[in-house]
Amino acid sequence: MSNSIEEPGTPALSIRSLGKRFGEKVAVNGISLDVPAGSFFGLVGPNGAGKTTTLSMATGLLRPDAGQVWLNGIDVWAEPLKAKAAMGVLADGVRLFDRLSGRQLVTYSGLLRGMDRATVVERTEDLLRVLDLEDAGAKLVVDYSAGMAKKIALATALIHSPRVLVLDEPFEAVDPVSAANIREILTDYVTHGGTVIVSSHVMDLVQRMCSHVAVIAEGNLLAAGTVDQVRGPVSLEERFVQLVGGRGNSEGLSWLHTS
Amino acid sequence: MVAHLLRLKLALLRNSFRRSPWQLVGVCIGGLYGLGMVVFAVSGTALLADADVALANTILVCAVSLITLGWAIVPLVAFGVDLTLDPARFTTFTISRPRLATGLLLSGFIGVPGLLTLLLLGSQFLAWRRDPLALLAALAGGVAGTLMCLALARLTTTSMARLTGSRRFRDVAGIIAIIPLILLGPIIGSAAEGIETVLDWLPRLAAVLGFTPLGVFAALPGDLAAGAFGLGAARLVLGLAYLGAVLWAWERGLHKSMENPLAPHTGSRSVGMGAFDIFPATPRGAVAARALTYWLKDPRYAASIVVVPLMPVLIWFTSTNAGNPQLMLVLGPLLGILMAFAISADVSYDSTAFSLHVLTGVRGVDDRAGRVLACAVFALPVTLLAAILPPVFLGRTDLLPAILGISLCGLLAGLGVASVASARFTYAVPLPGESPFKTPPGAGARMAVVQLATFTIMSVLLLPALGLLVAQVFTHQALFGWLALVVGVAEGAGLLVAGIRIGGRWLDARAPELMQAVAANR
Repeated sequence: MSNSIEEPGTPALSIRSLGKRFGEKVAVNGISLDVPAGSFFGLVGPNGAGKTTTLSMATGLLRPDAGQVWLNGIDVWAEPLKAKAAMGVLADGVRLFDRLSGRQLVTYSGLLRGMDRATVVERTEDLLRVLDLEDAGAKLVVDYSAGMAKKIALATALIHSPRVLVLDEPFEAVDPVSAANIREILTDYVTHGGTVIVSSHVMDLVQRMCSHVAVIAEGNLLAAGTVDQVRGPVSLEERFVQLVGGRGNSEGLSWLHTS
Repeated sequence: MVAHLLRLKLALLRNSFRRSPWQLVGVCIGGLYGLGMVVFAVSGTALLADADVALANTILVCAVSLITLGWAIVPLVAFGVDLTLDPARFTTFTISRPRLATGLLLSGFIGVPGLLTLLLLGSQFLAWRRDPLALLAALAGGVAGTLMCLALARLTTTSMARLTGSRRFRDVAGIIAIIPLILLGPIIGSAAEGIETVLDWLPRLAAVLGFTPLGVFAALPGDLAAGAFGLGAARLVLGLAYLGAVLWAWERGLHKSMENPLAPHTGSRSVGMGAFDIFPATPRGAVAARALTYWLKDPRYAASIVVVPLMPVLIWFTSTNAGNPQLMLVLGPLLGILMAFAISADVSYDSTAFSLHVLTGVRGVDDRAGRVLACAVFALPVTLLAAILPPVFLGRTDLLPAILGISLCGLLAGLGVASVASARFTYAVPLPGESPFKTPPGAGARMAVVQLATFTIMSVLLLPALGLLVAQVFTHQALFGWLALVVGVAEGAGLLVAGIRIGGRWLDARAPELMQAVAANR
């Protein structure tokens, strides 16, 4: 499957029977999923559903126990370098090289990918500008707030203008203005042929922003398709709760009523 | 409430073992080592029972004062020695201050250092077993003295929290504090020469310490044994007053720090592109630039080579004590190996930031070579100086080629071996931003195994060049020295290239596994 010549209709990301267990716990239970090229794909699920594990295996960070992943038709685990060149990844819950300044970190990410200095410098400045980090660019990342750190990590994922973006919780701790800016960048990127895969807890956001959505819970894929297909006549949030279940009885905490 | 806090501390300790059984093994080994020291000290104490009362008193007061001083100072520099029950975490709970203070104080007993200190100070009664009254006083004094240790540790950490909370302070102080520890050996060594003057001077020191918070409880039994009951009573009152004052000051500081929790300290210094402008714009150059930036900015790296400037001092002391200045000749090879192995924990130091290397798909060879390059930037000049200066100053320029060959072989081969090792093994190291001297529980034993393996491998690798040096010394043929230089450099360069290649290949194959290993270290 080393065919990198893209035939029309090749999914941007194609996952087949992907599985991972940690000890006794099955984190991802044989998920198969296609992300169409040019889609804005939302991956939603409750805490501990296996979103991050799935995305880690899809991006080459975590070796799957079973199954295969193709990115633009390139087998991620057979030809990792080729696949990694085509994707930009914002991983969740990892550290950054935070003793570098923001500008150094983005530059580092570009140079690691073998880009030439002139392009790296130009794009770094562009990214810092649109992400509203121009002033913070010379400061050490260790002194950044959580939202700023998220934005600089996003910049490191964008610098090589990848074909596919995989973003794990990109809006966490990001202020509303920056979040709107990021959404605009991503929407613009999709209109010009890129594919975005985001994981999120915020259903409202996914419903407004994404064209496609997949719901996973306890390591299983519960539904996938266009947002309208998945949600049907109700809102995505309602549909999500129906699928995942586990809504508690809110009458349970009667002692919490203060009056 | 106090019992709750103690149980919480116990649960935290137990759960930390559950994450990794090796940690438990490490703690057991560390505990056994500590216990061994305690047994040694306790048997010494027991012998004091047959000694002169004044001498026993002097020794005990000085020893206890030293331990107490350690408790007051060490937590300041080895930050986070015990932040498992950080007072700041209790701000949102409605716990009365005295109870919180009592609970936090007593929780200090749970854990290896607290228990060992209790054992050590409690064992003072062995020295006073001939005198029932002094024995009782020693028992009570031991417990009170341990409380004083814990209270002082809490007081200094709480009152200095504002200062120690800033990143800059932590970065610098942690490293500076280790310097006297490393030089402790030579200091004691030279002090031993003037042992007579010290012995004259010690009783007077003990007399003064006996009236300070450090040694007041340890001096108590001595008074009773000597029949000075009035003085003993006065000392008891003084000691309790000290303990009360320390506890009061700590509780007040605790109160203040809980009312005004520390705001995160944000630096405002701007930095340029630094090393990124110096190295070529290739993946390899970028890794080197990043690694060099970390050598300069991350205190954990600085801590790993802080011994380098001290090593000449140490060896100089040793060689003058031994009366053989030729010992200085080992400086070059020693520093070469030492600095080369500073990169053997590189990936562990990266922690999960290493994910950037995995995600960008940087080739293993570039990763390895970049890190070696950054280390070589300063390791090469230092090794050259350390290899060239001693023979020149000792007037043994005839040995210069061989020493240079061995040193360079040590540095280059060491870098090669370290490149392979850090692609395969990760260690539990202090996390980014933590104190460089905070050793994760159980890391000590593992470190010892790794270092033993390292030096075994290196001594084997250095055999050819060393053999040629020996040949030169016995035959007085300069040719062997030059041969050592050629063989050493060639062998070292060969091993370096091979190490980078093999390490790079391993990294390519195992990057995701390595990523999981560093993630588990969190």
